[in-house]
Amino acid sequence: MKISSLKDLEQIKATALPRLELRNETSPETGAETCGLEKGTARIQVLTCGGTGCKASDSAGIAKAMQECIERFGVADKVEIITTGCFGFCEKGPIVKVMPDNTFYTKVTVKDAEEIIKEHIIGGRRVQRLLYTDPETNVAVSDSKHMNFYRKQVRIALRNCGLIDPENINEYIARDGYFALADCLLHKTPGEVIDTVKQSGLRGRGGAGFPTGNKWDFASRSNSDIKYVVCNADEGDPGAFMDRSIMEGDPNSIIEAMAICGYAIGAKYGLIYVRAEYPLAIHRLNTAISQARELGLLGENILGTGFSFDITIRYGAGAFVCGEETALIHSMEGKRGEPTLKPPFPAVEGYKKYPTNVNNVETWANIPVIFQKGPQWFSSIGTEKSKGTKVFALAGKINNVGLIEVPMGTTLREVIYEIGGGIKDGKKFKAVQTGGPSGGCLTEKHLDIPIDYESLGAAGSMMGSGGMIVMDEDNCMVQVARFYLGFIVEESCGKCVPCRIGNKRMLEILDKIVAGKGTEEDLEKLEELAQVIKDTALCGLGQTSPNPVLSTLANFKDEYLEHVREKKCRAKQCMSMLEYTIDPQKCIGCHLCAKKCPAEAIAGELKQPHTIDQNKCIKCGTCLSNCRLHAISLK
Amino acid sequence: MENNKLSCSAVAAVKDICAAHNNDAGELINILHETQNTLGYLPQEVQQLVAKNLNIPASRVNGVVSFYAFFTEKPKGKHPISICLGTACYVRGSDKVLEEVKNVLGIEVGQTTPDGIFSLDCLRCVGACGLAPVMTIDGKVFGNVDPKDVRRILEDFV
Repeated sequence: MKISSLKDLEQIKATALPRLELRNETSPETGAETCGLEKGTARIQVLTCGGTGCKASDSAGIAKAMQECIERFGVADKVEIITTGCFGFCEKGPIVKVMPDNTFYTKVTVKDAEEIIKEHIIGGRRVQRLLYTDPETNVAVSDSKHMNFYRKQVRIALRNCGLIDPENINEYIARDGYFALADCLLHKTPGEVIDTVKQSGLRGRGGAGFPTGNKWDFASRSNSDIKYVVCNADEGDPGAFMDRSIMEGDPNSIIEAMAICGYAIGAKYGLIYVRAEYPLAIHRLNTAISQARELGLLGENILGTGFSFDITIRYGAGAFVCGEETALIHSMEGKRGEPTLKPPFPAVEGYKKYPTNVNNVETWANIPVIFQKGPQWFSSIGTEKSKGTKVFALAGKINNVGLIEVPMGTTLREVIYEIGGGIKDGKKFKAVQTGGPSGGCLTEKHLDIPIDYESLGAAGSMMGSGGMIVMDEDNCMVQVARFYLGFIVEESCGKCVPCRIGNKRMLEILDKIVAGKGTEEDLEKLEELAQVIKDTALCGLGQTSPNPVLSTLANFKDEYLEHVREKKCRAKQCMSMLEYTIDPQKCIGCHLCAKKCPAEAIAGELKQPHTIDQNKCIKCGTCLSNCRLHAISLK
Repeated sequence: MENNKLSCSAVAAVKDICAAHNNDAGELINILHETQNTLGYLPQEVQQLVAKNLNIPASRVNGVVSFYAFFTEKPKGKHPISICLGTACYVRGSDKVLEEVKNVLGIEVGQTTPDGIFSLDCLRCVGACGLAPVMTIDGKVFGNVDPKDVRRILEDFV
């Protein structure tokens, strides 16, 4: 059916609402008591995570196996298996959640499917071994609200992820979806819409933090019959997956927000520029767009208001620089994704020379809620200058890898130690990297700064799009800087000299340092080059590209100095500075290592301690992995 | 140079794809995606054909193909392998996994084994950071890969 009025939309909501009632964690039906058909529960829903992370561990197979089970046991009329977006707790995936008793199962496998159905869904007994165990108290926790990972989170942009079926637009509508659009079209002028976004204090979540309302305002002031609204979904920061999870878990929120913006700035066309590496996100976006078109929420004369808006998808093709908005626009035009100087800003001259407003996925996802709950509600969350929440992809050497959303102003310590559960394997925290290749590495002394645009910038990093990678004592910071610089050199579009050549020279210097041939003069050169690139590169990406080097130089100078002065790598990652040695006390002269050594670098009489000729050793580590007496070590 | 190396069906496929996008040069990237999906890779002859259909210089097509990492001018192996070198995988040692794959197969990144079975590439983040370090073969994700497991994983595909 086509929705042609607010009443139609309300009708769909009313029809779809019962489907979501079971999933409402605050409804009286939801409780601690285990539900089960034999205990008299009338209806049960089983949610399985259909995000990329859990899918990699065969969550689709789990859903299929459970579906087969409920059919085999003849309970398919009372039990529903629903695939949702990402729950966030990727470390413990695949996740399966049973409603209405709110039981959160972790690390589920296909083999567990039958037990969950038989024991829990039918019998009403929780499968204890699949529950999350609190590492501190060793107590099994069934309700995710009581897990440290979730306790401090506030989910606004991720409000529907892990809750609704992203391929069913009716579930989105049941969560008040498209009511913000209806409200704007029916009751607000474009100017009032822009004012609401301005009042909320929302700033761009793609990295730079430009006020979203102002951006819309600029685009609305450009005089043109044709304008474009663009969603930047070219999430290029390696190790960040916030935008992907939103597209996979709640694609309609992006579509609704883009339509609202279209109304506000006077645009009829929307484009989503998404990475081709995200096939699932593309599929879910396409599904959502076609469902919205079927309902008349995209297309001509939306809700009978005369406003028309439609969205098409453009694919990226693997270029980090295309996250920069002018490069992104060129890429959408079918050209090389090279940035151009601003001004002219896209709001004046963008896609095909028409005024264009570009916002990032997470920014879009915040828009509908701002209208549902009001700009004051939104601006009451967060800090003075950074409002609302921020989604982070928490990864690296941390216990709870996953997707989190916290109010601005939360400290890094809270994120890493409370939500993240601390450092893996009891190792010592060394650094946390925020902002991806444009950001920086922060240390122990920064752990208590609040997360907001200004504080992170002042500490030498940046908010960025939301990658947060934790490193421990085993990570060499010189190598980390080299890793990011290698990424930049590979991804530099080559248009401007400072970025193309300057970063290459910096990488050569870092190569020299990790090869054990660096000097103190090299460190000075690094700093000088970094400063020049920062001052002279053409686009935002080029200007921020030296940040990983500058921040590690500022915060880990002693490690750099050790590398150049003493030729020592404390994290034992720079192979040129390490030697394999045999402990004569432990070696029994079994000769196995000598036999396995491909370089014939090990010599010794049988039953006598052996030695390694360092000139011949190629440091392959074969001896170490073959020695049964642990007599060989790397120092 | 005429497209003497291309089969008739490939020529027709490229023509159809371009026509489906109204031979619009602004659609070049979408056209190249579909062409690569159909033919597996984008050799020079195909690029010239696309250029001809869209009425743009072949240099512009090649400029785009060579700019974007996703496009390849060489055929991939039967089982394409990708090692994730995203930051999350890197700090958990995916560089060591890459070294081991290179050792076992005897090829460098971007190459295909002489028997055409495996090709090796790197990518930045498949989004399964909870399983880091990860590698993908034929699009299937292998998580928590230890360099010691590499040989065993690869043997299953031979």
